Amino acid sequence: MATANNILPTQAPEPGSFRLIFSLGTAGFFSGLLLVVVFLYTSPLIEENQKKALQTAIFKVLPDCASFELFVKGPSGLERSISTDEKGVFAGYDKNGTFIGFAIPAEESGFQDIIKVLYGYDPESERIIGFEVLESKETPGLGDKIFKDEEFTEAFRSLVVQPIIEAVKKGKKSRENQVETITGATISSKAVINMLNNSLSEWESSIDGYLETNTEPTR
Amino acid sequence: MKSQESISKNSEEFLKGIWRENPVFVAVLGMCPALAVTNSAINGLAMGLATTFVLFFSSTLVSLFRSFIPKQVRITTFIVIIATFVTVVDMLLAAWVPDIHKELGAFIALIVVNCLILGRQEAFSSKNPVGYSMLDALGMSIGFTIALLSIGVIREILGNGSLFNIDLFGQNFEPWIIMILPPGGFLVLGFLLLCFNRVLNKKSS
Amino acid sequence: MNDFIWIFVSALLVNNFTLSYFLGLCPFLGVSQRLDTAFRLGLANIFVMIITALCSYALNQWVLPFAPYLRLISFIIVIASAVQFVEMAMKKLSPDLFRKLGIFLPLITTNCAILGLALFSTNKGYGFWEGLVYALGAGGGVTLALVLMAGIREETRLLNIPKLVEGTALNLIIAGILSMAFMGFAGLFST
Repeated sequence: MATANNILPTQAPEPGSFRLIFSLGTAGFFSGLLLVVVFLYTSPLIEENQKKALQTAIFKVLPDCASFELFVKGPSGLERSISTDEKGVFAGYDKNGTFIGFAIPAEESGFQDIIKVLYGYDPESERIIGFEVLESKETPGLGDKIFKDEEFTEAFRSLVVQPIIEAVKKGKKSRENQVETITGATISSKAVINMLNNSLSEWESSIDGYLETNTEPTR
Repeated sequence: MKSQESISKNSEEFLKGIWRENPVFVAVLGMCPALAVTNSAINGLAMGLATTFVLFFSSTLVSLFRSFIPKQVRITTFIVIIATFVTVVDMLLAAWVPDIHKELGAFIALIVVNCLILGRQEAFSSKNPVGYSMLDALGMSIGFTIALLSIGVIREILGNGSLFNIDLFGQNFEPWIIMILPPGGFLVLGFLLLCFNRVLNKKSS
Repeated sequence: MNDFIWIFVSALLVNNFTLSYFLGLCPFLGVSQRLDTAFRLGLANIFVMIITALCSYALNQWVLPFAPYLRLISFIIVIASAVQFVEMAMKKLSPDLFRKLGIFLPLITTNCAILGLALFSTNKGYGFWEGLVYALGAGGGVTLALVLMAGIREETRLLNIPKLVEGTALNLIIAGILSMAFMGFAGLFST
């Protein structure tokens, strides 16, 4: 409290522009210094978190997956990519290095906002083998059933995708390429199914092309 | 300075933010975070604590350097200081608690434009000694955190039937979903303000 | 093209900045007593949002890849200075327009809706045109909310309202009901 009495605000009538720039510059300098220090400390941690989140999601949609690598669309079909920032698909391998399938990210506008998912695709049996919602702002209690309703998510454990995935009403499923929509969340469930169809048709040819030339991709 | 008067002034500066000048319920400042992220108790608490961090350090710094900062550029300087601490808290949350960081999203960055923080710098810290400014900042942020937490608690109990993610009512409870959606934020704060008005009116009459 | 329509409608109605993201609440609750003031404030908002979209695109493109930690500070300072600059230009070139919109400009430059726009469109990874359409939609949405609110408040002035409810409490409850009505727009543009 000692400072309370002896510091009186210095009421200089018109400080020169040098003083204005100097004080702003000082504030900017120290703020930059602090930010860089915190950035250097946090950025490896943040990167680690993101990597862990991606890894957990891939392991969830590709059962028995032990390692993965990123493939992107190149001029001559699928190519291995070194950087991790590019948009692509992840090839997953089990612990013996045998190829299991691809984990493919996809997005589509749902009821409220964009829904982002990651799904596992086994090109050999042409089935979807896993499904995980990464980001969604769908209405809690209704639209969020696309990742909370177990019957719905269960359908994606083994789902035939040829010729296309079809949406049917609850209790009307008769073929292996059909998914029952959720009552009260029809739009959200249809958005998910549309997204899977669109994403598959986008990647199908390049995946097939790649598998033809490299019969058994191994690590 | 250890007189009775200074102690009561200390506690006065601290307590006014919690009740008499509560930033949310009385001054109606910082509404955006108060409504946007309070769909659960834990999010409300996290936002309150993040704001506390920013307000406390900004107030301390502004008060320390209050005689060096020229009047003409004070607002810009305050904003630089505040934005620095907000960026720091944003990066720290992303590093330590990624789940909460993802839930709060861009609203952490929006602490910068919370009128409460800039308002305290302009109205208090730039004119008062460090000690009082720290107490004022702490009191205000505790008041803000309590407000956010209580909105979050009410919305989570009504809208999800749980508190801090612990289920309260079991299977038979039909959650009042609208409460965790945006309209619920407006309605809950509206009714809380009503209650506050009622209590304050009774006291004054 | 379809994407642009979706971005526009989504920002305008479905994810309305004021009624579903709670951005720009201070003017929404403070400057909504009169319809014409509210409308002009809304127009000023659209104007600043367009400047914001241009600034944040430029920053994201050329500056921030090198220093991501400066995002927040540079957004605020660049947007505020750009608006001030335009304000001065407007005062010189079109005093009439300045009288209509200019008085609101200082009020909204550090508004959460403006910074929110810059942050959201960065997070969504929008390019130049997408960002511009998003800004138009968001600004339109804010204007719509302001005008609706002001219209309702003009009506309530003639009513006999208990003293306890008057003021912010009543406005918040009105906003809650408006927000509920806007929820009906969800699902408007999906399959």
